[in-house]
Amino acid sequence: MEKYFHSVQLDADRCCGCTNCLKRCPTEAIRVHDGKAKILSERCIDCGECIRICPHHAKKANSSKLEEIRDFEYTVAIPAPALFGQFNNLDSIDVVLTGLKRLGFDDVFEVSRAAELVSEATRRLIKENKLNKPIISSACPAVVRLIRIRFPELCDNVMPLMAPIEVAARVAKQEAMEKTGLPKSKVGVFFITPCPAKVTEIHSPNYTAHSECDGAIAVSKIYPELTQIMDHLTEVEPLGQSGLMGIGWATSGGESAAMLGDKYLAADGIENVIRVLEELEDEHIRGVDFIELNACSGGCVGGVLNVENPYVAQARIQKLRKFLPVSLNHLEEGQLTQMLWENELTYDADIFRLDKDISKAMEMMSQMEDIYKGLPHLDCGSCGAPTCRALAEDIVRGKAKETDCIFKLRAKIQNVYDQLKGTI
Amino acid sequence: MSNAIHLHYEVSGEDFTRAGEASGAVKKRLKSLGFNPDAIRRTAIAMYEAEINMVIHADGGFCDVDIYPDRIEILLSDHGPGIPDVEKAMQEGFSTAPDNVRSLGFGAGMGLPNIKKYSDEMRIETTIGVGTNLYLTIKVSG
Repeated sequence: MEKYFHSVQLDADRCCGCTNCLKRCPTEAIRVHDGKAKILSERCIDCGECIRICPHHAKKANSSKLEEIRDFEYTVAIPAPALFGQFNNLDSIDVVLTGLKRLGFDDVFEVSRAAELVSEATRRLIKENKLNKPIISSACPAVVRLIRIRFPELCDNVMPLMAPIEVAARVAKQEAMEKTGLPKSKVGVFFITPCPAKVTEIHSPNYTAHSECDGAIAVSKIYPELTQIMDHLTEVEPLGQSGLMGIGWATSGGESAAMLGDKYLAADGIENVIRVLEELEDEHIRGVDFIELNACSGGCVGGVLNVENPYVAQARIQKLRKFLPVSLNHLEEGQLTQMLWENELTYDADIFRLDKDISKAMEMMSQMEDIYKGLPHLDCGSCGAPTCRALAEDIVRGKAKETDCIFKLRAKIQNVYDQLKGTI
Repeated sequence: MSNAIHLHYEVSGEDFTRAGEASGAVKKRLKSLGFNPDAIRRTAIAMYEAEINMVIHADGGFCDVDIYPDRIEILLSDHGPGIPDVEKAMQEGFSTAPDNVRSLGFGAGMGLPNIKKYSDEMRIETTIGVGTNLYLTIKVSG
């Protein structure tokens, strides 16, 4: 098995080797070689930006198939609250939840319920002054992964609580086992996911050895069938058990609002997230206790596996929340402890550093600076690296050569031509 | 010394929203070099504060950064008005920054105190009407 599992994959047949994804990738994890894009596994954070931008649909997100639920005797769907924003004229989330049951699941458990538990746990930890401030939300797995590879000093600021999906999976599985008397292996919990980062999180979690989620099915994958079912429901079961607080997690600012304080900041969109992390690292952001970061614009409603425009989904979620109670889920005795991370978040120093040996790294950087000076500084991407600086780095790492730069190549050919001309 | 990396940045005095470009670029390089995160953070913060100072008070200048395996040496040089009373400028909360800068959260009088706090060595050469040179050293441990 590869060291890094990724939901985001390349469909090589569709890739024409253009520079769209190359330029968009926030961690410079893509190179184009021999006319095809390649994802550098160790750098990819599964944010899905390349899926969003690719005009040829050559990037895809692997997620579970609905048929996989047949492998289990009893199954529970745990939908992300973003799912509720995908439907026009929806009066109640009960319609979606009933629809999920008709789709083949035995039961449902909204992730928004667990979000309310996470919010309560966070508030409690803040009150007890047990966290390093400012506290960075751990809910968006793409952000957590980004911090692990690029922001070593901020690892200790990430809230050491499991994300709502994992909490939901654990509670739902436990409840199902108690209800049915079945062993753990026969109960399947499936997340209905708005993004590939969460698929990855289930396969290789950031902070636990093993996720209790047995699969993640893309919202877009079940959407056609689910809407059909929802349109023809004769009876709607009163299944919803989330308050407006939990549902609010679907959009950027929702998690912060659930902190019930005013010293928070919520940033969304991967570039904005990076800017905030840079400033946090440099201690430019002060007077804020809680930082909510979502890799997708708009928050989880902006995930690439949704079907609806994020802002339309956001408006619908606002409407759905309107008549809900604030919060319907509260921590039980001892539950908070079970929600804490099993593993510490560790910085993966190897990903961006040039060499383990600082002297060697410095030598490489000196060469890099020299090579960079000779490049055209156009950042055109024609060489297959996203920027001239990235090409310089690839060259010193032995992964590219100077003549991959078409301007360098042209100059070299001109040079050869001039010399030949002299000899004739 | 042959094994140092020399970096040079011009700091524009025209637009202080651009302050931080040099410290940001240095931070990125230090991360690629695999320096101790604490040293990177201290370098970035001290250098950023100094950059801001240069933009607010001295209409820009330049910085030279020398990276050695065990330390980072930074010179920030400007042709600004100079600092009349260095001791006073070192006091927390003392600021001569104009109001338009303060309204953006700068000029809280923490610039020099913070630079001192985050660097291991700091030396100021300043002449009224001529300019200021600020020398910083950040030592790398571990």
